[in-house]
Amino acid sequence: MPPAPEALAVTDLHKSFGPLEVLKGVSLTANEGDVISIIGASGSGKSTLLRCINLLEVPDSGQVRVAGETIAMRPARDGRAEPADRRQVDRIRSRLGMVFQSFNLWSHLTVLENVIEAPVHVLKRPRAECVTDAMALLEKVGIAEKRDHYPAHLSGGQQQRAAIARALAMMPQVLLFDEPTSALDPELVGEVLRVIRQLAREGRTMLIVTHEMGFAREVSNRAIFLHQGRVEEEGPPAQVLGEPRSERCRQFIQSHL
Amino acid sequence: MELLSWGDRGWGDELFRATLMTLAVAALAFLIGLVFGTAGAAAKLSRWRVARAAADGYTTVLRGVPDLLVIYLFYFGGSSVLMTIASMFGHTGFIGVDAFTTGAIAIAIINGAYSTEVIRGAVLAVPKGEIEAARAVGMSDALLFRRIMIPQVLRFALPGLGNVWQLALKETALISVTGLVEIMRQSTIASGSTKKPFTFFAAAAVLYLILTTLSTWGFQRAETWSARGVRRA
Repeated sequence: MPPAPEALAVTDLHKSFGPLEVLKGVSLTANEGDVISIIGASGSGKSTLLRCINLLEVPDSGQVRVAGETIAMRPARDGRAEPADRRQVDRIRSRLGMVFQSFNLWSHLTVLENVIEAPVHVLKRPRAECVTDAMALLEKVGIAEKRDHYPAHLSGGQQQRAAIARALAMMPQVLLFDEPTSALDPELVGEVLRVIRQLAREGRTMLIVTHEMGFAREVSNRAIFLHQGRVEEEGPPAQVLGEPRSERCRQFIQSHL
Repeated sequence: MELLSWGDRGWGDELFRATLMTLAVAALAFLIGLVFGTAGAAAKLSRWRVARAAADGYTTVLRGVPDLLVIYLFYFGGSSVLMTIASMFGHTGFIGVDAFTTGAIAIAIINGAYSTEVIRGAVLAVPKGEIEAARAVGMSDALLFRRIMIPQVLRFALPGLGNVWQLALKETALISVTGLVEIMRQSTIASGSTKKPFTFFAAAAVLYLILTTLSTWGFQRAETWSARGVRRA
């Protein structure tokens, strides 16, 4: 079987916040259909890596390529990099779905309005069509009956599922999950993981930053262990999460059992 | 009571017209003040240091100087500035400035300083995560501003702007010093000519209270409407 085409490639990303170097040259490639878990201690750079991919944080150096298109960067006045073309960034962002730890639904819009907002206004698709698609997505994540509720009146699990529907509505090439269950009460984690599991089965390309080791092992076909801004270990989840080669990874896994 | 009746023998119709004048000045001042406030808030939140400093100066001075002084400055100062400029073009003689216009502008500038702070606070109250979510789906700055910022800023700013509007209403009383016949001026005239100050100032107080009560009610309705979707605390 020929390898699936590349969906996302990150090359040698560096990012510092002040004197603190959070990413010290991280590279990774996701082919279509890959589900990659990114694990590591807090402060290891997992979230920053994800946020650099869609330029919510601008990497100091390095490249991001989405479906073959490299985000053009140029040197800024302070010697770091900045995006050369804001419109290209907006376009690429619209093809990357992001799911945040704290959901970040737009609080002034109902669930349905949240889901159709970007398809209607960013992709400029006809509203009626977007509503039909949105209802199918809400059905899929199991909160169709909450379509007219505002986010504040939903549980955390429901909000996160709405946020996943919002990301899916853009028909993204890659989904980025930034600790999607970390802000949830334990009894609500399952319903969100169930949705993500289903997306994995559908063959969606996903990068998942998570602390749920069992889930990572079950759902992903590759795991990456980040340590102090570097990829310390990478491979099949059974190996990285089961029999890690690196001592640091072993310690981390043990402390998270 | 006859003193407050309508027509030639009472002051009712005069007071009614004065009330409309108060409303007109206050509304115009409030709206222009919103423009100043929006500009001021944008300047305070801008990356540009000069803009921030200018906006800081604006709010510090106008909130720190008595309102009456600002009105004098505009009404008397405005006319002398205009005359100086006119004399440079060879025009001599007195140029008066219109009490309505200067009054509205003076109050607008004072109000704008307060609105600046209200709007700035409202902008900062928009959750950062929601702004990031908008960027993450590929919204341009303009779209983010229109679809995510404005609706929420309005919602957060409404209670504060309600206060600013009440201030505008009451500050109009100060414009009576320029001779503009609004509630305050009209009741002064009436009490002077009838020697019944209590009657007329009490009537004026009632008129102001009617205006402010109606506004409070209006803003409350607007707040309820705009707060749909907000968890009731």
